[in-house]
This record gives sequence, C-alpha cells and structure tokens, in this order.
Amino acid sequence: MGMFGREQLAMMVRPDRVHRALYSDPAIFELEMQRVFGCAWLLLGHESQILSAGDFFTTRMGREPVIVARHADGSVKAMINRCSHRGTTVCEEASGHCAEFVCPYHGWTYRTDGSLRFVPLAQGYGPDVERSKLGLVNVPRVESYRGFLFASLAAQGPTLSDFLGPMKTSFDDMVDRAPDGEVEVAGGVFKHAYDGNWKLMLENHLDGVHPNYVHASSVQAARDAPDPAQPEKYADIAIRQMRQNGAPEAVWESIGVWTTDFGHGYLGDYHSDSRLVVGMDNPVFADYRGRLEQKIGKERAAKVLGVTRWNSIIYPNCSFMGQFRQLRIVHPLAVDRTVVYTYSFRLKGAPEQMFRDTVAFANVVNGTASWVLTDDLEVYERVQKGLAAQASDWVYLARGYGRDVDDAERTRRGATGTSELHIRSQFAAWLRYMTAE
Amino acid sequence: MGAIENTGAVNDATLSEAEQFLFREDWLLDQHRFDEWLDLFTEDATYWVPLERDQRDPWNTSSIIFDDRMLLEIRVRQYGHPRAHARLPSARTVHQVGNVMIVEDRGNELRTASSLVLIEYRKERQRVFGASVEHRLRRTPAGLRIAAKRVDLVNSEAELDGIAFLF
Repeated sequence: MGMFGREQLAMMVRPDRVHRALYSDPAIFELEMQRVFGCAWLLLGHESQILSAGDFFTTRMGREPVIVARHADGSVKAMINRCSHRGTTVCEEASGHCAEFVCPYHGWTYRTDGSLRFVPLAQGYGPDVERSKLGLVNVPRVESYRGFLFASLAAQGPTLSDFLGPMKTSFDDMVDRAPDGEVEVAGGVFKHAYDGNWKLMLENHLDGVHPNYVHASSVQAARDAPDPAQPEKYADIAIRQMRQNGAPEAVWESIGVWTTDFGHGYLGDYHSDSRLVVGMDNPVFADYRGRLEQKIGKERAAKVLGVTRWNSIIYPNCSFMGQFRQLRIVHPLAVDRTVVYTYSFRLKGAPEQMFRDTVAFANVVNGTASWVLTDDLEVYERVQKGLAAQASDWVYLARGYGRDVDDAERTRRGATGTSELHIRSQFAAWLRYMTAE
Repeated sequence: MGAIENTGAVNDATLSEAEQFLFREDWLLDQHRFDEWLDLFTEDATYWVPLERDQRDPWNTSSIIFDDRMLLEIRVRQYGHPRAHARLPSARTVHQVGNVMIVEDRGNELRTASSLVLIEYRKERQRVFGASVEHRLRRTPAGLRIAAKRVDLVNSEAELDGIAFLF
C-alpha cells in the first residue's frame, strides 16, 4: 500500500489508459472515500420512499451509514447514523416511520432532523454542555431533482443543478413517461454484491461491446426459444431482452454514447419501444399511450416516447434507465468489494401491467440469480483478479480515443457507440476529485 | 407459504412416495442432470424463489427467480453453452432436504412442505443457504410431477453474491 500524492495520482490517469492501482490499491480506495464519495453529489433515493413526516430509510454514502428522513416541517434531512455519545447506530431498520431516533445504548434521543432532544442524567455533564452541538451529524447538503434525492458530504461545491447539467434530461425521460407526471419506488430491492471494484459496474453499463461476449450464453439460450408473439407471454420480456444483447456489432456501433464533465454519461439511440418489449402493437402499450396522450397531448406524448435512451450514469454512485424504470445505487465497501441496490419504479397513472413488465424486466436483467447479471458479476470478479497481476500496470481504454467530439450542451460524444469515451470521462472526473485542493 | 392443514391423517405410503420424489429431485440437481430435473416439471409449472419474506405474488414484487416452464428451459440451456461464464465450472452443490410434511392431499395433487439446506462450492468459495420449500406435486400417468415449487430463502433480502445454480 503506497502513499499517493496528487502528482503521482495525475501520472496514473493517462488519456487512453489508467494504472491498475486505481482498481486494486486499498490506499487509493481510502482516498476515494474522502475525495470522491466525500465530495460528489450522491443519489440517495426517491421522495416516494419518505412521503410523510417521520418516514425514513437508511443507506450509505460511500461507507458512511446514513439516515434519510422526512422532518416535521416537510424537509428532507440526511444524517450520519451514529450516536454522538458512544457511536452506536441509532437506527437499524431499512425503512420505517418514527417520531424520534432513540439510541439503544444510553437512551440519547434525536428528532428527525438529527437535533438532540433528550439525554438521560443530563446533569452529569455539567452546565456548560452545548446541546446544539451534540445532535447527529447532518449531511450538509440535501437537494432533489424531480423527486430524486441527492446529498453531498461536502458543505461547499457545485450546485446539484450544475452537477447534473445535461443529465437532467435522463431523469426527465424517466418521470415524463408517467401519465400522472410522477414515479414511485415499488416492487422490492435487489441487493447484489461482487468481489470487485465499484468502478467496474459504472464502466460496464455503457459498454456496447461486452453484451455479445459476456452474455453470449443467455443470448443463445434465448435465440433457441420460440419467438415472442401477441398476446405477450410472461417469458417474452426475458427472451426479447436477452436476444437484444446479441445485436450485431453494427447496431452497437451505430448507437451513441455521450458524456459530461462530471463523469456522467448515457447510451442513446439504443432502441425504440417497437423493437423491444413494449411493442407498438401491444394492447397494454396502446392503453398506456392513450392515457399519456390524454394527459399531455398527442404531440408531447410522441416526443416523450420518442426518447430512446438506455442506461444513464450519474457518477460516482448511480446508474438508471427510464424505459424500464430501473435505478441502481453503487455502494463501495472495499477496494475489491461492492454492493449494488436495484430499485424499480412505477409510472403513476399507467396501466398496472406496465409495472408488472418492469418487475419481469428487473428479474431478467438485474436479478441476483438472473441469466444476465450473473455473467456480469463473474466478469467483474475476473477483472479484479487479473488486475492483481504485477506484470502489467496499465488498463487500456483507447477504443475511439482521439475521435471523441464536442456535442451540444456541455456533452461529448464518442465516435461510435462502442467508444470507451465514457470510461475516459469517468477517470477525468475522478482525477479532478482526487487532486482537488 | 400456505397454511398447514391435514397434518393428522397422512398416509405413510404417500409420505414416503413424496419424500423419495423430493430426494430424487435434489439428487438430480447435485448430479447436474438438469435435463432430467426439468422433466420433473409439468408444462404449466412455476418455479419461484421470492425476493421478500412472505411475498404475496411474483407479479408486483421482484423475485430472485420466477420462471415458467419456458424460462426454466432457457435456464437449463444456458448451462450447456461454452461461454456461460458464471456457470463454468458449474457450482457443485449438496441439497439436503428434510422435515418433509404432506400439508394437503387432494388426490390428484399433493402439497408438501420441507426444509432445504444447500451447500454450494465454486471457485474456492463455499456458501450455505437455508430455505423453506413448498411443492405442489401432481399425479400424472408418468408419476408425480412438479406443478409449482416455491423456495423461501432465509436470507433472500440480504446482500447476496450472484447465484448461478438451482435450488
């Protein structure tokens, strides 16, 4: 384990390659927890998880245990889940409702904004104790965009609006699809873990070359199954999605990959609804389209449904997609250990079957035992294993290098859909976080 | 899991028949005889590993696995592919089934409850899983067949590494 100065870090990120230590050195991971996860806006969840005052859920920001709660005044508070007295966690449930958080050890009691309400035997501390300084540590900045809750452990930095920039349109894509203009978390949470670095998942989600190789076995198994037909059967979503991973190279080349200056990015022009699950001749989709048109008009509905964006990455902790309403939050536990939580969302005002399709899609692609995800996890672990080798220091990220172009609104576009631009952009952002004074 | 009924009047022969069937089912999995295992399921069968404790249905909440017969076939077919990375090598398993009870006997269909302890070994790592299992077994001319199987893992809601074997 080495000590890494800023100059040394800068030498480890080259335009078309990075040093393997960025994935494998525990000292670098410790710095990332301070400088990346300790600074950046992190996605925590969604407002629908805490609708009423007293509702809360627990999560992590990097490795920090965090409680996110709706306070009595309606505001959302995020606080470190650690008693100011002896350090006990004051809340162990994944989610729930309470009036206050009571430490199980000595009864210190906190309001839902983290302020200290009660200490037993308070006289034992003498008259000079400043109670206002003994609340739970507040996460200094909490903001939301269209219902998605973000927080930053840094008191200063770019605003959420500036941080998201053009990526707001990916959240818009997710929410605008709801006839009632809102989405809500529903359908359970997959929590899958792997023995690999947290960055590997974010890199993989915009990688258009891997599906034909990593997912070859599920592509073939799905090709051997009968073709989906109307009316849709339960298995058809799985068959279509697995087959889609086997699209020819020309298709992956022709789609687009875009990135922004904070390391975010998305795959666009990936597919239209007619090519995948919710075919235009599907009666459920026709019903849904009708409801959307009724609410927002035909023209606007065509525009909303015309967005063919696939995965979007909000660096450093989130990957999501509007078409099937999936959102993944990355929790780094150690340099070689990561947990990912996958949430599904319901489009309010859409036919019930649309949400059932979301659930079925989640099972196929994001399920812990799914045909697709298991092969991704296997490959992340094999990358991690290979990067322990000392024979070679460099991880090669050159596909499309030198041919990225500036595009509208602070974005860059890869020369083709299979450009590794997104990984280069993630590391450019990484280096800015890691070397900021 | 459904309610446990009829615990009193169980015919020894029926219990023994059901037990032998469940033992054989798990033996086929441990032997990686997946095609023969698949043949134990009826055409309209479902195979369900819920994500949440006391999950009511597989439609409105995700499942670790929820397969109809077609998806089960795709799952078995994936094992045979030369680039099935997470399944090469296939996990070695021991399925230990016990506490078998007949909870309902309708003549043409039996419902059984059992406990499963499963040891999985793959790539220098061994894991242990525990589950409550419910089978709906149908009497067919070819013998008992599985019409529905539900496996409730004790740790279904935990942070789990990938699962590339069958319960």
